[in-house]
Amino acid sequence: MLRLVARPTPSRPLTLAAPLIAFALTVSVGAILFVALGVSPGRALALFFIEPLRGADAWSELSVKATPLALIALGLAVCFRANVWNIGAEGQFIMGAITASWVAMRATDTTHAAAILPAIALAGILGGAAWAAIVAFLRDRWNANEILVSLMLVYVADMLLGYLTYGPWKDPDGYNFPQTISFLPVTQVPLIADGHRAHVGLFAAVAVAIAAWLFLYRTYGGFQLAVGGAAPRAARYAGFSARRSLWTALLCSGGLSGLAGALEVTGPLGQLTPHLPVGYGFTAIIVAFVGRLHPFGILLASILMSMLYIGGELAQSRLGLPQALSGVFQGLLLFTLLACDALASYRILRVRRAVA
Amino acid sequence: MGSNDAAGGHGEGMSPQAPRLALANVSKRFPGVQANDRISLTVAPGEIHAVLGENGAGKSTLMKIIYGAVRPDEGTIGWNGAPVVIHNPRQARSLGIAMVFQHFALFETLTVAENVWLGLDRRITRADVAREVERVSALYGLDLDPGRLVSSLSVGERQRVEILRALLANPQLLILDEPTAVLTPQMAERLFATLRQLAGGGCSILYISHKLDEVRALCESCTVLRAGRAVGTVDPRGETNRSLSELMLGEAPPAPPPRPAATGDRVLEVNGLSLPPGEERGVPLAGLELSLRAGEIVGVAGVSGNGQAELLAALSGEDRRAPAGSIRLFGRDVSNASPRGRRRLGLHFVPEERIGRGSVPSLPLAANTLLTRREPVGPGGWLHRGRARRLAARLIDRFSVSARGPDSPAGSLSGGNLQKFIVGREVDAAPKVLIVAQPTWGLDVGAAAQIRREIVALCEAGGAALIVSEDLDELFELCSDLVVIARGRLSPRIAARDATPALIGQWMSGLFRASAADPGPVAAAIEVEAHA
Repeated sequence: MLRLVARPTPSRPLTLAAPLIAFALTVSVGAILFVALGVSPGRALALFFIEPLRGADAWSELSVKATPLALIALGLAVCFRANVWNIGAEGQFIMGAITASWVAMRATDTTHAAAILPAIALAGILGGAAWAAIVAFLRDRWNANEILVSLMLVYVADMLLGYLTYGPWKDPDGYNFPQTISFLPVTQVPLIADGHRAHVGLFAAVAVAIAAWLFLYRTYGGFQLAVGGAAPRAARYAGFSARRSLWTALLCSGGLSGLAGALEVTGPLGQLTPHLPVGYGFTAIIVAFVGRLHPFGILLASILMSMLYIGGELAQSRLGLPQALSGVFQGLLLFTLLACDALASYRILRVRRAVA
Repeated sequence: MGSNDAAGGHGEGMSPQAPRLALANVSKRFPGVQANDRISLTVAPGEIHAVLGENGAGKSTLMKIIYGAVRPDEGTIGWNGAPVVIHNPRQARSLGIAMVFQHFALFETLTVAENVWLGLDRRITRADVAREVERVSALYGLDLDPGRLVSSLSVGERQRVEILRALLANPQLLILDEPTAVLTPQMAERLFATLRQLAGGGCSILYISHKLDEVRALCESCTVLRAGRAVGTVDPRGETNRSLSELMLGEAPPAPPPRPAATGDRVLEVNGLSLPPGEERGVPLAGLELSLRAGEIVGVAGVSGNGQAELLAALSGEDRRAPAGSIRLFGRDVSNASPRGRRRLGLHFVPEERIGRGSVPSLPLAANTLLTRREPVGPGGWLHRGRARRLAARLIDRFSVSARGPDSPAGSLSGGNLQKFIVGREVDAAPKVLIVAQPTWGLDVGAAAQIRREIVALCEAGGAALIVSEDLDELFELCSDLVVIARGRLSPRIAARDATPALIGQWMSGLFRASAADPGPVAAAIEVEAHA
């Protein structure tokens, strides 16, 4: 019989090695999976873990996907550290994209980029934050479960997106496709280099990561948030406001999700369509945990996760494998990471039945 | 339910000379601590045997081994002369071992008989159980009505339900873990009478305690544990408190610190503090009056669960529902102020729960200073981590906390060391008013003496302290004045030198208006131990 026994303190080497072990396990299970699907595991794994890193264009594509993941996950890390379970980042992402689109559609030929771009970003942040504020309000006022409320609001936001793109915001010259007008070039998020889709949102993500790290680890406000999450009774004893933590966490997270939505709609897409949400808001939950709720870990995890996204697309186009594979990989990675984490805090003990 | 042999099924085919229970060299190790180290212990049939030791000496582990809840790493257990391996509590019960735990496991919404019934064979009918409850209850003077709801019972009565439940199995050995921790002295006397009668019938009793007077009054034999080892077996009736305590602690008990005298201004005033139960379904507080002067230490005695937690939460600011004007600090109304606001005025509080309330177990000690101390917080909320670490290092040093350093997580400390750190953190802030719940709970005698000295020093320097404790000895030693809390009401205040444990015990059961000089009506809450 095997039993898990708590270690007096978590094993430090194992804590650090856990992501690597988890990655190795994911790759090996993946290899078995490919063999079962009848494709060469070497070739398939290369599509997931080598192709996405090959060349400037690959890196550019990687950053296009990693940027929204990182921004959303950074906000979620603040939430999860405060023990606020916002799983509706997808909805806040959609709302940010909608409000940003509204601003982007106001642009005319005489609009200056220096005026419109900050307005778009701000609109996105406010849109996402407002959507998250509904969750905070309901939780604060009537103690409504934030997991359910935030999740349900995803579907509401999705419906609203559909209504706008099929209805009032539909491009009159768009051959009846459900999409808005193409935004004017002045609203385009500046690209890092011509010919590549990577945009300056990447710098925003890095800046936010640094700011989040400073807030969480170097300020009294961040400390109060963490205490409220780790030990609510200790926070009450210390006199830290649980309400303030709730609002701070949800507004940060909603704002960053909204910013990601604004960057997406005025960056790679250039117009609002019902196909905007591709699950970044949900994948970011995995990113936040794979990154250990640590801002710099999240940057790395978002790169890893976008590799899996791109690998899944490549596997589909080149090997004819189902796109769902990227989801399988993401799930595997999270699962093995959690298992490795458990082994860092517990050790396995073989127990014999009889004791003399 | 077995035979009607009230004496507990003794004499069933065993040699009369064989000891009821014989432990030989029993050891148990937990990660980081040797809980029991080669303990041997023998209990004769009909013997009342005490296991005496400080908190953390290994008493509970040993009892769990006997009851089959914990497996020993080494050693043998003999039962009526034959070696046995006790795999689980069910097997222990079938051998005839019963245990009454310190914390009761009763369903409040069920009656006495139903609660007893839950632990029995399903074939027995409820009517049978009720009859049996009445019979055994009458036999041992337990005085329990099988039809009453447990929610309407006092703590003492609830304990009797647990004892009755144990007795119905006709045990040959009854283990009681700190049974008087929740009883007033009068209720304890009554329990002793039951136990003596039980032992007279042949049932052996293992009595776990750290209270010297009780052990000397009740037990014929006493095994003393210290740091996991049995340091001696004596006849407690031939010992003094001093000699027993030396055996238990390994050194002479330190002299109590002198009590400071109160002379200063009123610092904390509680006036008409009434509170309905909050979210956690606690005890309602009814019209509490209390005042604290600079320089004095006032003790709040009482059996736990009588409103202490509610009073402390209202005083600390964790519960801010107190009516306006009911709590004043230096004349200022703070009934609605946050814990931080009250700390700014000079009121610091040490809660009873160290893990998760007094400290965050996952965070290092350095970060845990930030819960109540502002020194490491710079302008704009910027944290000076060096300052927090130095503060933690100073507390570790000053209060001899055994920890690897300021970076050790609070959860990695033993209970006693964490207690020293938390009390130290508040004392070190030099508060003008210090409120402490169970100041020396779980501390070894040296550390307890140091904490008491620090509290006394604080009050000699002009501070004031309010001590809420279940330990009457401690309150008598430390406090100049005492009040008793019972069922959410506070007794009149009495000088410690005028009070006796018997009087305080009587007050603890709610009978205080009647016995104090106060001519008012008997406290409404007295459906208590009227027969006690």
